[in-house]
Amino acid sequence: MPEQSLWSMVISVLLAGILTDNMVLSKFLGICPFLGVSKKLNTAFAMGMAVILVMLLATAVTYPIYVFLLVPTGLEYLQTIAFILVIAALVQMLEVVMKKFMPPLYKALGIYLPLITTNCAVLGITILHFTNQRIIDFAASNGGYASGKVFTVAMANALGAGLGFLLSMILFAGVRARLEKSNVPKFLQGLPITLIAAAIVALSFLGFAGVVK
Amino acid sequence: MNKDSKLSIFTKGIIAENPVLRLVLGTCPTLAVTTSALNGIGMGLSATFVLVCSGAVISLLRNVIPSKVRIPSYITIIAGFVTIVQMLVKAFLPDIDAALGIFLPLIVVNCIILARAEMFAAKNPVLPSILDGLGMGIGFTATLTAMGIIRELIGAGTIFSIPVTANFIDPMLVMILPPGGFFVFGILVAVSNTLANKKGKPVVESIGCSGCSENGNCPFAGNMDKCEKPDAAEIEAAKEEAKEAEAQKPSEEELKEAEEELKEAKAELEKAEEETSAATPSNQDGKEEE
Repeated sequence: MPEQSLWSMVISVLLAGILTDNMVLSKFLGICPFLGVSKKLNTAFAMGMAVILVMLLATAVTYPIYVFLLVPTGLEYLQTIAFILVIAALVQMLEVVMKKFMPPLYKALGIYLPLITTNCAVLGITILHFTNQRIIDFAASNGGYASGKVFTVAMANALGAGLGFLLSMILFAGVRARLEKSNVPKFLQGLPITLIAAAIVALSFLGFAGVVK
Repeated sequence: MNKDSKLSIFTKGIIAENPVLRLVLGTCPTLAVTTSALNGIGMGLSATFVLVCSGAVISLLRNVIPSKVRIPSYITIIAGFVTIVQMLVKAFLPDIDAALGIFLPLIVVNCIILARAEMFAAKNPVLPSILDGLGMGIGFTATLTAMGIIRELIGAGTIFSIPVTANFIDPMLVMILPPGGFFVFGILVAVSNTLANKKGKPVVESIGCSGCSENGNCPFAGNMDKCEKPDAAEIEAAKEEAKEAEAQKPSEEELKEAEEELKEAKAELEKAEEETSAATPSNQDGKEEE
């Protein structure tokens, strides 16, 4: 792999997160909100925004914890426990801070925050920064994970994943709005037709394969 | 729960309350790791181990853990067992570890485990909790394996890596790609719905309250339109609001005073109206003159 500049890396990670490695449609992370909260466009949008916010914050907090605390002390195996607890605490704190200082934002996003605590997309993305081959390669040629460049890329990765989640939520909310009014065979009514619609949306995302090198 | 025999606690997770098809829990791993039958078994058994162990520990601690911090406590307990599974699988089954990838640590946020902890283990003694975990785990494993077999057979032409149709039919690769996961799961839910319907049981409409790990902890769990379980904080907030509203409500005396004031004001208004009606004709005359 040729050496990549920071910005080309950031852009490719962003595009990969949104299109080729879409959180929901190709990684199967965050299926619960994808199926549960996508009935209406506005709720889908708010949920997506809340997920972006929490993903960015979670990355900003767990990345240094892993790189500067767990790795030097040889406690990498505590990653899962540490990350989930940090994220849970973070979301709780975010909720309190939002309620106090940003009531309008809390009104818009607040009710989705408890849903995000145990959202596998958020925990997933914080772990994926350290297993994503693209980022591992970039870290190897740029002074390892402790370098600020790699942290920037990880933040871009989180943003891309969040945007990808938002995109699939919005797309799927549109599909479901049509589905509500269509005449579905009794055999497939309810969850089955939703899943099959999701399969078709995922199929269309397969077309992006190969867009990002 | 006392009415249920131990056997029914164990068996209900396998068919009647199958966690994947009936309760629609743990959809992420169900869709992601079932690209082959072996992966399905690996994921199912890992989750079963965590279910049984965390169920036992949470049940032992059910009277010790304060209810306010129960969810973080459960998550910590579950995360501990997940770490154990992660290490064991990595050490003894490296192939499975590579195939399951990120979904092994993500058992922590698997809705099935937290939901069973919240709905069963936190309210029942140790033995039933273990049986419940075991039953749910077997139901989960069986569904995942079935889905893995279907996807592997159509998508790669093999079952457990043994060629079945691969030699004479070109496999449909899309079935082991993400869309195939959604599709096969959709069909499986449709089949289970139809069977449930025949037995007169409710069909699964969507991921509802029971399908969410934050069940009973979130104001709108899953179904944003109608949730019967608003979360405790919201209830308190609503109560406080009601109290404030009551405090602001005028007392009866104040009400009477206000009524009297209203009457006076009405009388004044009538007077004023009379005056204006008396005055308007002259105005109109004035206008006409202009």
